[in-house]
Amino acid sequence: MRALWRYLVAAVVLLLGRGRRPPRVERAERIVPAGEPSPRAELLVLALFGATAACAVAFVVVYAVESIPHQTQFLGLSLGLAFAFLAAALIVIASRLVVTEELEEDYPVPAHPAEQEALGQLVEESGDRMTRKRLLLVGGGAAGAALGAALVTPALSLGPAFEIAPFFRTPWRRGVRLVDEDGRPLHAHDVLEETFYTAYPEGADREQLGAPIVVVRLRPAELHLPAGRDGWAPHGIVAYSKICTHAGCAVALYRKPTFPTVEPRPALVCPCHYSTFDPARGAKVLFGPAGRPLPQLPLFVGPSGELRAAGNLSGPVGPAWWGVRNRRPS
Amino acid sequence: MIRSTVRFLDERSGGAPFLRKALRYVFPDHWSFLLGEVALYAFVVLVGTGIYLTLFFDPSTATTHYHGEYQPLHGLEMTHAYRSVVDISFKVKAGLLIRQTHHWAADVFVVAIVLHLLRIFFTGAFRKPRDLTYYLGLTMLALALLEGYLGYSLADDLLSGMGLAIGYSVLMSVPFVGANLAELVWGGPFPGTPAFWSRMYVAHVFLFPLLIATLLGAHLLLVAARHHTQFRGPRKTERKVVGVPTFPGQTPRSLGLMSAVTAVLFLLGGLVQINPIWLWGPYHVASGTNGAQPDWYLGWLIGALRLVPGFDVTIGHYTLVPNPFWGGALFPLVVFGFLWAFPWLERRFTGDHAFHNLLDRPRDAPWRTAIGAALFTWVALIFLAGSADRVFVTFFVSYGWQILFFRIAVWVVPVVVLLVTRRVCLELQASERVERERELAEEEARRAAAPEPVR
Ligand code: FES
Repeated sequence: MRALWRYLVAAVVLLLGRGRRPPRVERAERIVPAGEPSPRAELLVLALFGATAACAVAFVVVYAVESIPHQTQFLGLSLGLAFAFLAAALIVIASRLVVTEELEEDYPVPAHPAEQEALGQLVEESGDRMTRKRLLLVGGGAAGAALGAALVTPALSLGPAFEIAPFFRTPWRRGVRLVDEDGRPLHAHDVLEETFYTAYPEGADREQLGAPIVVVRLRPAELHLPAGRDGWAPHGIVAYSKICTHAGCAVALYRKPTFPTVEPRPALVCPCHYSTFDPARGAKVLFGPAGRPLPQLPLFVGPSGELRAAGNLSGPVGPAWWGVRNRRPS
Repeated sequence: MIRSTVRFLDERSGGAPFLRKALRYVFPDHWSFLLGEVALYAFVVLVGTGIYLTLFFDPSTATTHYHGEYQPLHGLEMTHAYRSVVDISFKVKAGLLIRQTHHWAADVFVVAIVLHLLRIFFTGAFRKPRDLTYYLGLTMLALALLEGYLGYSLADDLLSGMGLAIGYSVLMSVPFVGANLAELVWGGPFPGTPAFWSRMYVAHVFLFPLLIATLLGAHLLLVAARHHTQFRGPRKTERKVVGVPTFPGQTPRSLGLMSAVTAVLFLLGGLVQINPIWLWGPYHVASGTNGAQPDWYLGWLIGALRLVPGFDVTIGHYTLVPNPFWGGALFPLVVFGFLWAFPWLERRFTGDHAFHNLLDRPRDAPWRTAIGAALFTWVALIFLAGSADRVFVTFFVSYGWQILFFRIAVWVVPVVVLLVTRRVCLELQASERVERERELAEEEARRAAAPEPVR
């Protein structure tokens, strides 16, 4: 046993000591000042390295053993602690095991006037053979600009940049049935007061801003719709685009008066920046940053009591842009 | 071993003299100088965890019905993008840890940059010869905000969808060209074509990281080329920098800080839930939720969007300035524009074109400190306005009244802060002068009291 141990040690020594020793450079004076050794700090660092390794191993174990509960938490804990111990070890090394020197160094010279001069001269003299510098510069500039324009042109393929018709398009037409989330037609008698419904045009793509609408029932006497919207709200049922005219969020909140003295009116509210719309008055903006009312969808009740669009929305849906007031939706 | 490595490297690169200088490069010592480093290490963690996430994320808007580990979402229609993030959270082992660490790292990254910026601003470290370094830093901050926004938009959960709708509207609101720009980027009206997701993805995992990394490299090169600034002190002058050398002094400290940052991020990632997208559900154009809070670094924009009163500027039928432009585009542009212009403005008004290696204490430059404090207050108040709805829910203070209060406060309070800060700086200077005079007088008195030296 002993002999084996000795062979092992000898082998290790041989392996590590392999190769030619580089010729020793004559040591000049020290660069890094000498300091006292600190065995206690060394011990501490060793212990911290040990803790780092233990936590790292723990990470692997947690990863491998399915049955450990709260895996994410323990993974984070073990890996985090591993790094924390490593940080501690490094900080002990920094403060106790390497000398803290305070060196002085000159700031770099602020400028190199001679070099600057030479550079300027170099460039100027290089252009000496050119007599019409201005003209050449203008020509070169024009060529560069044209080339630049040519190179960015393909970026226009990213999308149609100049077509504005798509912004006005909605899937609503006269006669289109309103359906709920599951595609079932919405009937007038399904629509109760005190709550609001999200509806879509039957058969259309729902992931377009023009599609979703909110439907609420108010008492007909409460309704004061803008002029020209007579008959848009059968039985007091009104429908508006669900997309906020401020910044395109879904108007997902319905405020029914809970404090009649303070907020007497029901309102549609957008949760993004709290634009508040009055459903009884054509979704006029009561509060908040929106600049336009929600476009209204005229309704009529079909033969079997189902709600249908009586036409397109009263205005373009969604956030404002330069042409949003130009046209009716199509 | 060491010598042979050094020989190997030097014989192949000729870098020994350079390396020797680099190892003895001097770092002045002050805790606030570590803020930039924290940002750097958060970036390292971001890149590492981000690469891991790309191996599992699927940037596709094709839809599918979910039937995975997380029961409550069963049967819901969602995009592959969202599904893959849910899978990263529930199916991929350690996936949630890495995802949450990535998210936390992004938040910490921006905090560290902002604090670093404040330090640079209030100590005048942006002055010549470091103004270029400062511009690069500011640009990186802007990029970091956009990069973070892109990152949390990619997940296609309810919150990211709401965020994207707002982002789209802000772009739409740019006068004259907004709609065209938005159409170009999204490939059509919101929610855009499937290609939009690939565009966001390549921007988030390639373009922006590459840009930030490049600027970061240039930033650090410039820092090294001009050396660090330092506070005035014994032996510390405009000509001489005093501090700890890279090696051996600074290296273990810096590596220690890197480990500490990594430790904190992994601990947060493992123990503190962030953005549980499975609770928000997938996004549909028609869905929204109340109480949605974006990542903290977008709070100032939410606040601004909420504070602007409801109007669009129109000329006849032409909509000149749609509302979201003010809060979502103009406000951040003004803030960044002002910060960008500040070194030049200060040179203009003080006529100070000199080189500065020594830092000011905030009181040494009362106007700068006052202006900085006012700007900070302005942004902070608008940020606070963004959480007025939370205040309403928690403390029942009427939302409407709060908004009214903030609409006034954001214009009044910064002015007050400006004047008060300047006063305070001047007072501090004055009391220092008095102190110094007293010391001088005492010194003189002591000398007078001491017996005349015998000649
Ligand atoms: S998106 Fe509705 S209030 Fe801003």
